[in-house]
Amino acid sequence: MSAEPSLIAPVLPDAGRPNANALRRLVRNPAVLIGGTVLLVMALMGLLAPFLGTIDPAAINPSARNRVPGVERTIRADDGSTTVFKHRMGTDSLGRDVYSRVVYGARVSLMIAVSVAAVSISIGLILGLIAGYIRPLDAVIMRFMDGLMAIPAILLAIAVVSLFRAGLTAVIVAIIVPEIPRVVRLVRSIVLSVREEPYVEAAIMQGTRLPLLMVRHILPNTIAPLIVQGTFIAASAILVEAILSFLGIGIPPETPTWGNIMAEGRNVFRVFPHNILYPGIFLGITVLAVNMLGDGLRDTLDPKMAGR
Amino acid sequence: MLGYILRRLLATIPVLGIVAVLVFLMLRLTPGDPAAVIAGDNATTAQIEAIRAKLGLDQPIITQFGIWAGNLLHGNLGESFFFKKTIGELILGRIEPTLSLAFATMLIAVCVAIPLGVLAAYKHGSWIDRVVMGFSVLGFSVPVFVIGYLLIYVFAITLGWFPVQGYQPISGGFGGFIQRLILPAVTLSVIYIALIARMTRASVLEVLSEDYIRTARAKGQVESKILFRHALKNAAVPIVTVVGIGIALLIGGVVVTESVFAIPGLGRLTVDAVLARDYPTIQAVILLFSVVYVAINLGIDLAYCLFDPRIKY
Repeated sequence: MSAEPSLIAPVLPDAGRPNANALRRLVRNPAVLIGGTVLLVMALMGLLAPFLGTIDPAAINPSARNRVPGVERTIRADDGSTTVFKHRMGTDSLGRDVYSRVVYGARVSLMIAVSVAAVSISIGLILGLIAGYIRPLDAVIMRFMDGLMAIPAILLAIAVVSLFRAGLTAVIVAIIVPEIPRVVRLVRSIVLSVREEPYVEAAIMQGTRLPLLMVRHILPNTIAPLIVQGTFIAASAILVEAILSFLGIGIPPETPTWGNIMAEGRNVFRVFPHNILYPGIFLGITVLAVNMLGDGLRDTLDPKMAGR
Repeated sequence: MLGYILRRLLATIPVLGIVAVLVFLMLRLTPGDPAAVIAGDNATTAQIEAIRAKLGLDQPIITQFGIWAGNLLHGNLGESFFFKKTIGELILGRIEPTLSLAFATMLIAVCVAIPLGVLAAYKHGSWIDRVVMGFSVLGFSVPVFVIGYLLIYVFAITLGWFPVQGYQPISGGFGGFIQRLILPAVTLSVIYIALIARMTRASVLEVLSEDYIRTARAKGQVESKILFRHALKNAAVPIVTVVGIGIALLIGGVVVTESVFAIPGLGRLTVDAVLARDYPTIQAVILLFSVVYVAINLGIDLAYCLFDPRIKY
């Protein structure tokens, strides 16, 4: 008797474990592997910042301003003992250690990347599901989104930031707002194509109620594209935070973020380019890794969009 | 076709209307009295009262929007109390540097990106393709200002080929104008090149598998003509579309690039206005950039249906 079900539904290899299959393909993709590893290293660096030979990233030292990379300095502790500290990446114009600031800066950048991606995907998902399924609200939501999308993203972020007092929350909100319409459009287009599928119609015929229909039959189709979209949002969030901080309208300057370190280095750039060079390299590598991860995820999870 | 053009034009109105509402509401979302916010920190009570009366701030919000939108439609963008000028004058004085920068950037980007994209598609899978695609991902990953400072360091400080910063109006001599424009334009074009090269490669790749390309090859057509006359021409629509959408990136980049190179354009004005909390100017600049962005994309859409007989609506 146990063979009976297989007569009705032929068992395909791996059909029961699609996730395991996808995971295997993911690990085999070099872009995912390299991007993921680099990101992991950056995340560990941020997490373990206090143990990586750093000193207080906000500690100002007037006697050691604008030192070139590699300069050594003797630090006298309270009990009279002295240690030699090497400024691997030099110091900025307030005498803060650039290496420590860069290492701690990874925290802020990655935190912003993750929170912006998570929040804009969640809000966009809800609005997109509503727009795609509840027709009367579709026009209202989409016209509003069209309006938001007509304002160039960085300008919109600048406008939002100008409404608040400068700070981490303001910057996160400012980066989220321009990202939402893109997510809404993506989710809505998926919902519109999925709702015509026979299995959705079958579920409706069976009397499945709207919330269950959404969660069980429509939502799963959005997951793969949203993961891909989420990585690209994360990449652009890191960039936009750096741009806002660099322009002097982002996170308060004493917080070590890559954008802030570079903003601080602007005035002395001609003589001491290291203030812009080092955080720039870390920022570039991180965003590159996120983008590679995104490209790899897209190729494996969403073959229809591969190569675009 | 006329019907489509008309519909497309009409569809733009609600978009711009919503942009106007959003920009209008911006000032109401700021904490505090809008009149005091507009007047700035050093305003007297009399000045604040004058603004309140002029903008109708004691009236219902719909009426306020009416007054504000009416002024806009008459070309009256308001007054900047921080810069002590009308915003119209302020913007007029800043347009030339921004337009020059944008045009130079577009020129460089299109001239570099399209041949690169076509080459990458033609040599699909080769090292050339991989280099172009790698550059494209890199271009998306490095912030504009890092590229700017890198170029300044190499070409202005180390090699001394170009001035470090600054802008010279075209009326002050063409040579100096171009010399000061090259570095910022190259800086800004990097992300644009990345975007256009990627799209060119993808759409040329798609066209190259078409039957008429095989026919052209079969009749012995020269490869360069196949690529540029047959393939590129037919791949043009998505490429031009992405050039239009990329205007948003360009505008964002203008804000940053003008700050890096100390160019007194609209982008620099935006940042200065935000730093000074000069809301009327912020509103005007955002509105202006958005209208330009929407108008360019509208123009591109309309151009398709005029120039591409395949597109029917």
